[in-house]
Amino acid sequence: MTELRELPYLQETPFTADHCLKCNICTQACPVVPVTDLFPGPKTVGPQAQRFRDPDLPSPDHSVDYCSGCGICTLVCPHGVRVMEINTQAKAQLAAAKGFSLRNWVLGHNAWWGVLGTPFAPLLNWLFRFKPFRWMAEKTLGISARAAFPTWAGYTFRGWWRRRQKRGAVPAEESRPVVVYYHGCSTNSYEPRIGKLAVQILEHNGFRVVVPPQACCGLPLQSNGLFAEARQFARKNTQSLADYARRGVPIVGTSGSCIMALKGDYEHVLGLHDADTKALARGIYDISEFLWNLHRQGKLKTDFRPVSAFPPEVRALIGDSIVPYHAPCQLKAHGMGRPALDLLDLIPELRAVEMDAECCGIAGTYGYKAEKRQIAEDVGAPLFRRIRESGAQLAVCDTETCRWHIAQMSGAHVLHPVELLAHAYGITPDSPAVSV
Amino acid sequence: MQAATSLNCDVLVIGGGATGAGVLLDLAQRGLRVVLAEQNDIATGTSGRYHGLLHSGGRYAVRDPESARECIEENAIVRRIAPHTLEDTGGWFAAFPPDDPEYIPHWLAGCKAVGIPTESVTLAQALKEEPHLNPKAYAIYRVPDAACDSFELVHTLTEAAAAFGGITLNYHRVCSIEKAGGKVIGALLENRRNGAQVRVHAGAVVNAAGPWAGEIAKMAGADIHMTHDRGIMVAMNVRWVNTIINRLATPGDGDILVPVGTVCVIGTTSVVIDRPDDLDIPAEEVTQMLDAAEVMIPDFRKARALRAWAGVRPLYDPPQKREGEAEGGVGEDGRFITRSFRALSHADVGAAGMLSIVGGKLTTYRQMAEKIADEVCQYLGVRAVCRTAETALPKPSWFSGNSRRLHSMTHRLHQLEHAPTHNNLICECEIVTRDQLEAAIKASPEGVSLDDLRRDLRLGMGPCQAGFCGYRAAGVLGETANLPPAESIAALATFIQERFRGNRPLLWGHQLRQALLDEMIYRRALGVPSLQPEAHATSD
Repeated sequence: MTELRELPYLQETPFTADHCLKCNICTQACPVVPVTDLFPGPKTVGPQAQRFRDPDLPSPDHSVDYCSGCGICTLVCPHGVRVMEINTQAKAQLAAAKGFSLRNWVLGHNAWWGVLGTPFAPLLNWLFRFKPFRWMAEKTLGISARAAFPTWAGYTFRGWWRRRQKRGAVPAEESRPVVVYYHGCSTNSYEPRIGKLAVQILEHNGFRVVVPPQACCGLPLQSNGLFAEARQFARKNTQSLADYARRGVPIVGTSGSCIMALKGDYEHVLGLHDADTKALARGIYDISEFLWNLHRQGKLKTDFRPVSAFPPEVRALIGDSIVPYHAPCQLKAHGMGRPALDLLDLIPELRAVEMDAECCGIAGTYGYKAEKRQIAEDVGAPLFRRIRESGAQLAVCDTETCRWHIAQMSGAHVLHPVELLAHAYGITPDSPAVSV
Repeated sequence: MQAATSLNCDVLVIGGGATGAGVLLDLAQRGLRVVLAEQNDIATGTSGRYHGLLHSGGRYAVRDPESARECIEENAIVRRIAPHTLEDTGGWFAAFPPDDPEYIPHWLAGCKAVGIPTESVTLAQALKEEPHLNPKAYAIYRVPDAACDSFELVHTLTEAAAAFGGITLNYHRVCSIEKAGGKVIGALLENRRNGAQVRVHAGAVVNAAGPWAGEIAKMAGADIHMTHDRGIMVAMNVRWVNTIINRLATPGDGDILVPVGTVCVIGTTSVVIDRPDDLDIPAEEVTQMLDAAEVMIPDFRKARALRAWAGVRPLYDPPQKREGEAEGGVGEDGRFITRSFRALSHADVGAAGMLSIVGGKLTTYRQMAEKIADEVCQYLGVRAVCRTAETALPKPSWFSGNSRRLHSMTHRLHQLEHAPTHNNLICECEIVTRDQLEAAIKASPEGVSLDDLRRDLRLGMGPCQAGFCGYRAAGVLGETANLPPAESIAALATFIQERFRGNRPLLWGHQLRQALLDEMIYRRALGVPSLQPEAHATSD
């Protein structure tokens, strides 16, 4: 009979509200609180409101919807309250009570639009920059006309991968240690170059890369309160990847927020407590975390070229300036330090400097919502100002929506850390496989 | 000392708990002029210090059928007339090892005999509804228990009485009962706020002073022997259950678990003490409560214990026992004394017109009031019928009257969401806004303490135990009531000291961290002076 409950309540997210000492550290750290009165703060809508929530009734506090889900509150809580997770669950309950929102459904399913839009890339890329269309999307759907949309690459990472496998470009050397690459949706449809570089960097370091079937991490669905579908995606991923984790095969990804979903949200937000989910959470790494671990074991290749040997267009962008680095909130949530910054420090002549700004404001799909757009811009304002004031034309950030938002708002080119590492290794997206 | 002012009325009621307030309303509604005198604030004695269970009567079904019958009758009435003070959680009687299975048929028969509906619940269904319940429960029955907010109930009664002209004098202590020609003619009161004396001329006096009933009777020359039976309760921050859980066994310690508002309360112990104001909370009784609770909810003590408090049951110890009643000596278990109530006349000591209502329970307050009001009317020769069972009490504006859950846990969150700004939150744990606080302060031009505001609004009753709202509320009180700074600081010091009293027996785990943080705020950061704890505080 005890099996009726999946977990002791003491390990479930809502119970952590019991640890709250009301110290206000989370409210102090919350990036949304200082810029709007619409959000009463993580403590108020989180552990505090939790005491008044009736499991059988929808929560009456619609203001919880202004939580961006960045997770800084959970990170800073000295007592282990999972504030963001509590808020995300409350948002989902609220969304369920409110009923269907076409806008949130559209934003939640970006995994589909990426793949479906690929054949129509030129048309869509034009359309999404065509102002009357965006104006209409804002008026009818509530998707902000100001938000930067990514561009469809016109081909997918998986397509490239299949063609490459067929060509037999990389000899299948069984003796090499294997890593699994988790690309995520954005790399697949919008930025396949990042996936191509990641694969080659891993191969350059002596690994055999495999790309098993995988689904969207589910984070956009989760953020938009669509838990049932998010769980479906989560199960697809755990079914496909947990076995690798159990066999000790590392799973490596290039999107800080997607990886965090697999590392923590599946269990603490979506409430999946099965053995597969736990195994996957323990076996998945952000690519910088993985490479930095290799370096600490003395196993990372450090044949880095200095910035002066980078391609001229990149050199021109860097110039004499520092390279501003922004760690996305959901990357901070990994609790792994700043491995990307540590890696960039290995590149001769590169001066990567953390911007020490809190949050860029976009928080996944949050800043794409018309009513939250201004908040997203105001939250990131100190970061954008610092980047502009540094005079840098090239910055680095690990997560896609943050990258697009910072690029739009600061005017700088914003790259993924692997893009600079690749330049240093002399790897280009379409360079032939490097033999070891 | 100021010259005594005087008040004329038909009946003076002494004691501002549920019973006294019930008598005030009952008689006022019958058209009498009634004054109620309470030595502290209303609902500060037994009524404000109970676990929050509106009994179905199941607890008394075997040993005390008279009380059980009273409970089930009144349970239905209170649900009808004061739904906003209740949460219709329903209740279970559940047997766990090592409870004696042979008790169950006796209990079922007892319930049936007095009309308490019972419905068997399968373990699978029970665990679906209450996943934290100990799965070793081997018999579960549903009864119509409910959770009751006693502050709200007693406040509502005095408000309803005010509409019929009933006057409530809180912070008025009885100095003497005045008699002439073998009858009571009134009492001399002292306003404890300013020392002023108030002479009340009354045709009859009702002693509804609960644990203090013996002392009041003594002022009239009568001797009623009350047994003071102290029980402690512990409130946990986690609402482990949404249904009231009673042990299906002979009533014992720690066998009632009541979800009330945002917390759940485990109660109680039963120790006979010699003074009505001995509100000690022995550490071993706290441990005993938590051990007992873990029989019902296995992880119970791993959640945070917010506060412990003691209440004193005013049990009547009649000179001639009825069958089955036992003597209650100091230090013994007071559970063998009936929970039923009695109305006593004191004409035999030359105090005709003085009537004491003793024993009983919060659940049966209305029946007690009706009975004593009938006797008062008979004595005064007034012919008026009781209408309290049919008249609904006034409901606050927030109450929507959802039938499944009468009072809803979410309503404060709802209020906050629709408040003009989020920034005027004073008590964050219990969601009390600046507007609410100011309104409550202005409603009491005679002055209020922070503890009075606590009972009105639940200020400082949440996890931080006034750590963050205490100083804010003291500021609002000072500003709104135009207090000199020294008085605001004194009000704060008193409040914090009092909050700490209920925290002291619970200093472990997260609540210890909280207490240390609160101490840093008040002692180190704000330099609030430490008070000598009163040896026997009477006001809580």
